[in-house]
Amino acid sequence: MDLIGNLLNGTLVFSTALIFAALGGLISERSGVINIGLEGFMISGAFFSAITAYYAESAGLSSLSPWIGLIGAFVFTIIFSSIHAIASIKFKANQVVSGVVINILAASSTFFLVKMIFNGSAETPILVNVFHKIRIPYLSDIPLIGKVFFNAYPTTYIAIALVILLYFILFRTSTGLRLRAVGEHPSAADTVGIKVNRTRYIAVILSGSIAAIGGATIVLTSNSNFAFNTISGQGYIALAAVIFGKWNPVGAMLAAMFFGLAQAVKDQLQIFEFAAKIPNEFFYMLPYLLTLLVLIGAVGKARSPKALGEPYEVGKR
Amino acid sequence: MNRMMVIFKRESAIIPFVAVILGLLLGALIMWIGGYNALLAYQSLISKIFGSSYDIGEAILTIIPLIMSGLAVAIAFRSGLFNIGVDGQIIMGSLGALIVGTQLNLPPFIHGLVAMIFGALLGGFWGALVGYIKAVRGINEVITSIMLNFIALYISHYAIRNFMPQAGTQRSAMINDSASIQIGWLSDLMGGARIHWGFLVAILAVIFYYIYMKKTKWGYELRAVGFNNDAAKYAGMKVPKVIIRTMFISGVFGGLIGTFEVLGVFKYIAINSVTSGIGFDGIAVALLGANSAIGVFFSATLIGALTYGSQGMSFGADVPGEIIRMVIAFIIFFVAAPGIVKLIIKPILQKMKKKV
Repeated sequence: MDLIGNLLNGTLVFSTALIFAALGGLISERSGVINIGLEGFMISGAFFSAITAYYAESAGLSSLSPWIGLIGAFVFTIIFSSIHAIASIKFKANQVVSGVVINILAASSTFFLVKMIFNGSAETPILVNVFHKIRIPYLSDIPLIGKVFFNAYPTTYIAIALVILLYFILFRTSTGLRLRAVGEHPSAADTVGIKVNRTRYIAVILSGSIAAIGGATIVLTSNSNFAFNTISGQGYIALAAVIFGKWNPVGAMLAAMFFGLAQAVKDQLQIFEFAAKIPNEFFYMLPYLLTLLVLIGAVGKARSPKALGEPYEVGKR
Repeated sequence: MNRMMVIFKRESAIIPFVAVILGLLLGALIMWIGGYNALLAYQSLISKIFGSSYDIGEAILTIIPLIMSGLAVAIAFRSGLFNIGVDGQIIMGSLGALIVGTQLNLPPFIHGLVAMIFGALLGGFWGALVGYIKAVRGINEVITSIMLNFIALYISHYAIRNFMPQAGTQRSAMINDSASIQIGWLSDLMGGARIHWGFLVAILAVIFYYIYMKKTKWGYELRAVGFNNDAAKYAGMKVPKVIIRTMFISGVFGGLIGTFEVLGVFKYIAINSVTSGIGFDGIAVALLGANSAIGVFFSATLIGALTYGSQGMSFGADVPGEIIRMVIAFIIFFVAAPGIVKLIIKPILQKMKKKV
């Protein structure tokens, strides 16, 4: 019982960042703009959260500072997401290439800035104030469930709330219908008076900033600072979660949790004797291998939004 | 994916040049805003590249993998595929070279050659796997590439730790001396720079790429598939076969990079938690070089030289070398969105016209 509880709790911890990033990617791709730049946006979020939280801490806002870091990540990443939005919407650049540029640019510029601000140091100072797990009274006393769901980081609660919110918006409101229409049939959407490009701008910018919260989560819960390897490939995993989850918020969350679970399994199983005989590398490999196998086994082909990757040109059918 | 071809056709030859200049200027601007001496920074960059025969040799060493990686990405691009799996193919290549290099005893020269071929085939297999899954199951190559990159990483860690470890370190055993592809006399001549036969392979690869694309039936099919998948199908081409074959060649290019690193440069594999990233640089190279053989050669030379030279910037001008990665990003950005470049150079061109 304890083991399962620890396992599931670990799953939530590991997957929270991925959930944010995957939701971000999903919003952009639903509007028809490919977002390979998730890695870059996560790096940006990690960096800006570390910086803003650090300065907030220095200004004496101790317990508030992680929240300020979270907001800082969201707000400042607009710089990077605007670049991706302008390139792929206004200048009709290849969206995959633009995403790759975001990844290179985010990694190099944040590292450049860290060295610049902290006199050549390769990482930001360790934050004193980070998020702590919040134990919800009474509910957390429920066996198993309480331990798993009601003793978690605030960011996890936000992530799950965002999944529900996004699912509701996407499939139950006219805003969501518009977003999906723009990603599926931009010219038809245009005909009924939806501003295609404006919708895409908003989607891409939100996308980057939400993915940034994912990066911030890593800094503000487990890492406590920002270094060049803080993200190391998680953005690409989130990208896989978007596709794996079939561009559906709940699907993306489950996919992200699946990756998180594999990570948690690795941590938990190591205490057992039989597991010690299984090479570590196998556990590291597991999520990627399983994803690949599941995809090849094709539980129904993943169908991307129809207009994904196509810049909208007025008059084009 | 057809649009990918369009951007490469639309751009005139002038765009990459302007993009490079704009990228460097933007880099200078950022350095200036950051309170650095941009002129001194670029000076120390150039003097790092041409500082000594050792530096020139090591700069060439940075360029070789970029040529190969650029070709790997470019050949996939031309068939309409986006290969972000070069990193994984590099890992498989280096693992193959390591296995042959440490486990076999062969005469010098032949040993290195066998190791290279084995590594190249392993890389090719890894690439073909992406192509196969795409061709047969229709699964986006981007996601399979990402998965296979990580799988390759852990396969190699597992193999190294269990079969070829160097006790007490986070790296593999050294390859046998007979497997080395370093060119001893040239290395001595260049002050100990680890120059190796890979440079010849890279040049041959560029020539191969040119001939394959322009002069062979397979290259024609490849371009046809990339240009219009459906039309190629109607013309009787076996599209899945073309895709798998193309990804195999792409993977061979990637695998060779790994063999160079193991047999020519490091002589071992270090256990890293992340992939090298050379595959991602290949995207930049291919794009800047418009996917042509000669374009890839020149853009790899430029990006490689800038990357190597950036190491001198922090020493010479106290500027973090990462600024060059930003410059490279700007350059790709301008090439990918030629509209921006046109917007910037339009007033300049008009002014020049008026004067004439």
